Parts: sequence; structure tokens; C-alpha cells
Amino acid sequence: MGIENLWLGFQIALTPYNIGIGVVGILLGTIIGVLPGLGGANGVAILLPVTFTMPPTSAIILLTSIYWGALFGGAITSILFNIPGEPWSVATTFDGYPMARQGQGGQALTGAFTSSFIGAFFSIVLITFFAPILADIALRFGPPEFFAIQLLTFSSFVGLGGGNPFKSLVSILIGFILATVGLDIVTGQLRLTFGFTELMKGFDFIIAVIGLFGVGEILLSVEEGLRFQGTRTGMNPRVVLDTWKILPRFWRTFVRSSFIGFWMGFKPGGATPASFMSYAFAKRFSKNAERFGKGELEGVVAPETAAHAAGIAAMLPMITLGIPGSPTAAVMLGGLIIWGLQPGPMLFKDNPDFVWGLIASMYTGNVIGVLMVLAFVPFFAMILRIPFAILTPLIVVVCAIGSYAVHNSMLDIWYMLIFGVIGYVFKKLDYPLAPLVLALVLGDMAESALRQSLIISQGSPSIFMTRPISGAITAAAIFFFALPVITPWWRRLRGLPASGHAPPRE
Amino acid sequence: MRAADLVTASLLIILGAVVLSDAVRLGFGWGPDGPRSGFFPFWLAVTMIAMCGMILIQAARGASAKSFVTREQLGPVLKVLWPAAAAVALMRPVGLYVASALYLGFYMRWVGHHSWVAVILTALGVPIGCFLVFEKWFLVPMPKGPLEGWLGY
Repeated sequence: MGIENLWLGFQIALTPYNIGIGVVGILLGTIIGVLPGLGGANGVAILLPVTFTMPPTSAIILLTSIYWGALFGGAITSILFNIPGEPWSVATTFDGYPMARQGQGGQALTGAFTSSFIGAFFSIVLITFFAPILADIALRFGPPEFFAIQLLTFSSFVGLGGGNPFKSLVSILIGFILATVGLDIVTGQLRLTFGFTELMKGFDFIIAVIGLFGVGEILLSVEEGLRFQGTRTGMNPRVVLDTWKILPRFWRTFVRSSFIGFWMGFKPGGATPASFMSYAFAKRFSKNAERFGKGELEGVVAPETAAHAAGIAAMLPMITLGIPGSPTAAVMLGGLIIWGLQPGPMLFKDNPDFVWGLIASMYTGNVIGVLMVLAFVPFFAMILRIPFAILTPLIVVVCAIGSYAVHNSMLDIWYMLIFGVIGYVFKKLDYPLAPLVLALVLGDMAESALRQSLIISQGSPSIFMTRPISGAITAAAIFFFALPVITPWWRRLRGLPASGHAPPRE
Repeated sequence: MRAADLVTASLLIILGAVVLSDAVRLGFGWGPDGPRSGFFPFWLAVTMIAMCGMILIQAARGASAKSFVTREQLGPVLKVLWPAAAAVALMRPVGLYVASALYLGFYMRWVGHHSWVAVILTALGVPIGCFLVFEKWFLVPMPKGPLEGWLGY
């Protein structure tokens, strides 16, 4: 049954129009991934208004292609410029940049793109098989189960995010509070508007994404006085073919990293820990462990495979449960609602052409993506040679256009600037931004799930523990929330130093 | 860093208190048909105030020599911010495209010290490119001013 549906999906994804959309998406996405300040999440957010007039399947193909492109673009800047565009590209710089410095940039890039492709492919195959099963199970979920999943989502930011757990929690709470601003649909009362009519429609998370990630990131990068010291790409077909001959040697790393990526990735905030974990494992099991950090190809392969596997896996909860695993997936979820689709398990029943078109387009998109980036790396690397005094205002203008287009509202551009300043301050103080955005997106859903659950139980919160599925999920969520407390205690028990090496947060 | 941490946490506590007061006004208990409107915000605000309290304690105990932002760092940040704010303010009277052209040109000349030719070419080329892509190709309308009106759009 799955194969039949996938076949249906390929018939949709392989129409010339949708392939064209995919190519445009990958191209834009890679440019977005290369540019400082723009990444998957705000790139997708800025281009979301463009999709309003498209058929939903083509629209999601455009947005996902931008996402794949941005993932590829992150590898280019990490390897050639030592600038990780996204937190999960940090581990790629460890060996990628030294390789590029030694004139092996072409090898590193080929290795990175190929392993991204393999990691992505592995995750897509798993999604093809698991998504319908998960959606089937989720059909039996009631409000308590959905609220428990939300708890789990946010607890993994606290438990696995690696930063200050209080600050992670505060970020989540701010997101939820911003989500409650405006009209309460259940009672029809206005909340937190304090008499301002402008606040009635609430805060749009798309504006928040553009401001927090786009403008905030630009402010951070001008502060650091960014100077791009790029190395030559050194890409040609010979290098690509030669690298492909070496790569099968790392098959163990590919398999291990793909599993790590998928397993970490479908939980929120998983891509970054996945890439670090996979790097650490590769180093541990490698025969050339001492070469890691000095320009070892395997050190590029491991994090890239895991990061892409995780990036794709983040789509799994979005299409099956309607709960995004990353800010980028959250923006796509917002798109789904705007295009008139109801995210969640019913999507598989009501819009099979959309779901399977999307899944099939993941296959085609990644094939197109890897070929395009391999062919056009020098062009993409050129973008970073544009003077900074042009790039900075240009990105601000693009962000402004994207913010205005969402609701045709001038006020949104001001919100974008304000969110930009907030993003800058929060990033410096280590308040994670991803959970804030996710909470803002999921706020209404979480609140109505909570209310409905409490109505079922007549006010008793024990409902989340007594139902078997929600009980298990809630228990897991409580475990993650407690993880920052348990970990130091556990390490002390085993005689290890109190704090381990924590990866940077997303 | 410590001072910035303390200030941010305190501001967030004030925000929490504002939310709390509105939640109390709305009622946070059990209404005739389930939890009242203020129920969810109430618990969010209470938890947030508690968590910010913990951050305050942590920050007050810890000492950090690193400053939040140095004068050399703040300069470039403000150089991006205030012209951007000015450009956004200009967008209502003159439209987005003209404001963007002025912003791009100003920033390039002032910060980048590019030649006038490069400045004028970029400041004109980028908004025209954006205009073609958004208004013509994707049919997404942007705020327009008298110039666009004079040109017939």
C-alpha cells in the first residue's frame, strides 16, 4: 500500500512544473543558506507569501526545496569560510575548513554533499515507511495525548538543548505567552491587549522568525565585524569522482551517523546534538582518530550525514502529528494552515496527494539538490565575496519585504525590527530562540488540548498520567525536564566531572 | 554579561507580572464550561516569574568579566539599526522601494565607503529587481509611494 501511494506521489512530484519549482527552490535555498543572517527557517518564512497563490503541493515542494538547499548551503560556508551558517554545521567546520586550507576543499565539499545526500536519503526511506504507521496511531489520539506530545516536544529542548535549562524554559513560556495575545477563540474574550486594537490579531510567528533569526543574526554578525576569508573551492569533476572512490570506505560511519541523525532528529532540537554525537562516535571508532580536527574526510562525512538525516527526520512529526520538530518545519506548518490544509494525522486520509507528493518530492529534491550544488559550488561561494556593506542592508530589506507580505501590514515590519533586537539580546544571553518560535506556533493548539483534557477529566491533571499512551509520553517528558538535574548527579555518582562537553544550542 | 542577565530577567519578571494581572482580571479558575480565559496565561506567568527568579539568583551569584557588549561592538550594530528604523519609518510616505534604495545607498556609502557609481547602481538595481520579482512575477504587492503612482503603478 505504501509503494502504491509513493508511486502516486512521484506522479505529482515529477511533473515538469513541480520539478521546475524544486530547482528554483534549491537554488534560492542554497543562496539563503550561504548568506549570513538567512537560514532555513527565515528563508522559508520570507518566501512563504509567494506560495499563497500556488497549489498546496507545489507550495510545499518549493518550501522544502528551499530547506534542502539551505542545508547544503550551510556546508559550503562551513568548509570554505569556516562560518557555520547553522548550529548543526559547526561540527562540519572542525575538519572541513582545515581540509580547504590544505587545498582539499573540493574533496571536503564533495564528501559533505554526498554524505548529506546519503543521510537525507536514509531518513526519507524511514519516513516513507513510518509516517503512515505513525499517522494511523495518532488518529486514535485524544486531547490528553496531544498535550503530552507537546510537553515532550518542549521538554526535549530543556533536556537535550544543552544550555541553561531555566533560560530554555523561559523562552518556551515567552512563546506561549505571545501566542495567547489577542482573541481567545473559546470564550471570545480579548487577552493581553490592554485596549490596543493593534494587538487584537496577536503576534504572527512568521514575523517573529524573520526578526529573531534574520535581523537578530545580522546584528550579531556585524558586531563580530565579519570578514570573510574564503579559500578556493577547488572543485572539478575529477575531484568529485576521486572522492566518490574513497567514500565507500566510510560505510560504517554513514550507517551509524544516519541512525543517530534520524533518532535524534525527529525530536525537536535534535539536529545539533546529532551532528556532534556523530562526529564524536566517528572519531572514537576511526583508525585515524588523531587526524580528526586536522582535516580528515571522515570528520566531514559524519556530522553532515547526521545533520541531514536529522533535518529530514524533523519533518516526520510535522506531517504525522502536526507538531513541528524544528523552526523551519514550524514555518511549513504555518504554510499548511494558510493553504487551507489541516495539519495532523488526518492529512494522510484527507489529502493523500499532498502528503505523498511531499514525500516523493523529498527524494527528487535531494537528487536535484546534490547535483546542483556539486555543479555550482563556485557560483554559490562567490555570493560571500559580495562586500558586506551591500549584503547587510540587502538582507534587512529582504526581511522587511517578507514581513510585510504576510499580512500587508506596515506594523509587522516594526515588529520584525523589535524581534530582531530581542533575538540579538537573547542570543547573546544564551536564551534559545527555537523553542520560543515553536511555542508561539503551537500555543493555541497546546492550550486547547490542555483545556479539552481538563474538561474531560473535570479539572484533574491526573488525566495525563492515567491514560496509557499519554501517561507514557508524559513520563518521558518529565524525564527530559528533569534531565538537567539528573545528569550532574549521575556523573558525580560515576566519578566523572560535573559538567560534560555540551554542544552549542540551536 | 551579569548586568545584562539581571536586567533581562527583571524585565521578564515585570512582563510576567503584567500577564499575571491580566490573567487575574480574566479569571483563572474554573468557569461554567471549563477553564476560564485567564487559566493558561496565569500558569504561564507564574512559571515564568519563578524561572526568572532562578535566573536572577544564578546570575547574581556568578561573576563574569566578559561585558555584554563593548563600545566597539555596539557601534556597527547601531549603524545597522537606526538607518533601518529610519527606512521603515520612510516606507509609509514614500513606499518600500524608494525607502530601500535610500537605505541601501546610505549604508553602502557611509559604512562601506563604496564609490558613488557602485552606490547608485546597487541602490537602484536592487529595488528594481525586487519590484520585478515581487510585483510582477509573484504578484505580492508592497507599500508604494508617490513615485510608483507617478510611474503608473
